[in-house]
Amino acid sequence: MKEQDIQHVAKLSKLSLSQDDLHQFTSQLTDIVHMVERLNEVDTEGVAVTANVVHDINVMREDVAVKGTDRDLLMTNVPEHEDGFIKVPVIIDNGEAGA
Amino acid sequence: MNFETVIGLEVHVELKTNSKIFSPAPVAFGADPNTNTNVIDWGYPGVLPVLNKNVVEFGMKAALALNCEISQHTYFDRKNYFYPDNPKAYQISQDEFPLGHDGWIEIEVEGEKRKIRIERVHIEEDAGKNIHGSEGYSYVDLNRQGTPLIEIVSEADMRSPEEAYAYLEAIRSIIQFTGVSDVKMEEGSMRCDANISLRPYGQEKFGTKTELKNLNSLNFVKKGLAYEQKRQERVLLSGGIIQQETRRYDDATGETILMRVKEGASDYRYFPEPDIPHLEIADEWVESVRASLPELPSKRRERYVNELGLPEYDAMVLTLTKEMSDFFEETLTQGADAKQASNWLMGGVSAYLNSEKLELHETNLTPENLAGMIEIIADGTISSKIAKKVFKELITNGGHAREVVEAKGWVQLSDPSKLLPIINEILDKNAQSVEDFKNGKDRALGFLVGQTMKATKGQANPGVVNKLLQEELNKR
Repeated sequence: MKEQDIQHVAKLSKLSLSQDDLHQFTSQLTDIVHMVERLNEVDTEGVAVTANVVHDINVMREDVAVKGTDRDLLMTNVPEHEDGFIKVPVIIDNGEAGA
Repeated sequence: MNFETVIGLEVHVELKTNSKIFSPAPVAFGADPNTNTNVIDWGYPGVLPVLNKNVVEFGMKAALALNCEISQHTYFDRKNYFYPDNPKAYQISQDEFPLGHDGWIEIEVEGEKRKIRIERVHIEEDAGKNIHGSEGYSYVDLNRQGTPLIEIVSEADMRSPEEAYAYLEAIRSIIQFTGVSDVKMEEGSMRCDANISLRPYGQEKFGTKTELKNLNSLNFVKKGLAYEQKRQERVLLSGGIIQQETRRYDDATGETILMRVKEGASDYRYFPEPDIPHLEIADEWVESVRASLPELPSKRRERYVNELGLPEYDAMVLTLTKEMSDFFEETLTQGADAKQASNWLMGGVSAYLNSEKLELHETNLTPENLAGMIEIIADGTISSKIAKKVFKELITNGGHAREVVEAKGWVQLSDPSKLLPIINEILDKNAQSVEDFKNGKDRALGFLVGQTMKATKGQANPGVVNKLLQEELNKR
């Protein structure tokens, strides 16, 4: 892992890291990746990709609407809200709405 | 140098289910903010999303209507990005195995038919809505969070903004016929992102593309693409290079504006969604959904041309919306002639809907009263001129054509015993015109017909007036 990889992931996560953070996370994540890379030693030739560990299939519910959770209750965990909206610092970017 | 334009479209369509894709919260428009949500939509720790069966069925319906193959084995993936309207910091979508793939639709531009391929149709969840406020805050409403969407991705098969327009019009019409969505661009239940690039004619490799957003109507799509086509051409001709970026269409100026340089696709770090078990879609399920599909626009067009003898253009316009097409068919069931019904719907009715910004069901016109009006035009009860007044009355106030005409005293005058006194009075008053007619000036006859129509407030039957006038003139 290079510092610029960490910087890139931090940017995607909208995190700003100090130089010290960057050093620390680079070294920690490098260790983690090395550990995970040991899995490459296992021979997986002919083994199907595991995309899900649950063996159930087609678990679905009927399309029945249930009234939403009480808004006041949901808002008890919201740091700032106004007129029923969640209030957040403005982000000048258009997000990925519906992308 | 001449460039070829290459366009691909990504269309998002909101599905009209009762509840959300992974939570039982209601799907509804216009509710108070954050009232149609629950802990699953908010992405609380420990919640378990469970797939809505109808979303799979609706998605299959749409995919089959777009001539797609259905994946027998499919599952969901997490698409990771951070934004306040996306509470889990990932969107549950489908990456590797979309529900439907390898479809196509046919479009027609200036009489030329082309097949546009559809790469994939997948199901996913919508995000909430972010309203930018003042003083450094945004306001988030999660009501839309978890609303089921299908994303329809075309191949880069379109070669002009006009083709992109025709493609969207066709997609809208097909999806509307399936009944799985309202597909209203102005309300956001259908949304479109466009990818566009240029390449020199003859070159196989695609040029670098830009992605256009904020295309909130079919016209914006066409205008935004036309602007972008010109912009890229200018850049390339002046020796510049196109940067892969996302641009926003600005309706006020008709220009596209740089939003951001595009993050690569891998930056979404897709990985399989562990909370939702895989789907195995049996052939029987696919076939039962296929059997439930209604007659689609292309089939109806074929029938209108081959069985009703309508021109292709009429057939195309009448099947743009299901409402119009159903209305047309019901008008025929009520006994109207196909070409007459088509003329009224494409002419007077469409003009009225456009000018009043209404939809057919918001007016008082019904297949019964339209058929009734066509009938009394055909049997000579009213003239085509009076028909315009009757039409206006029916579409604004409703009623039965024949009753309206009788109540208003608009019945066409065809009875010679009533017309002759009027005609002779006009001939007496216009001696000069009579003289002119005798001297071979045909225009005089037209003038006298006009005078008679005026005297009868347009109610006289022009054919009968013409015949009677000639007879009376010859007697003089």
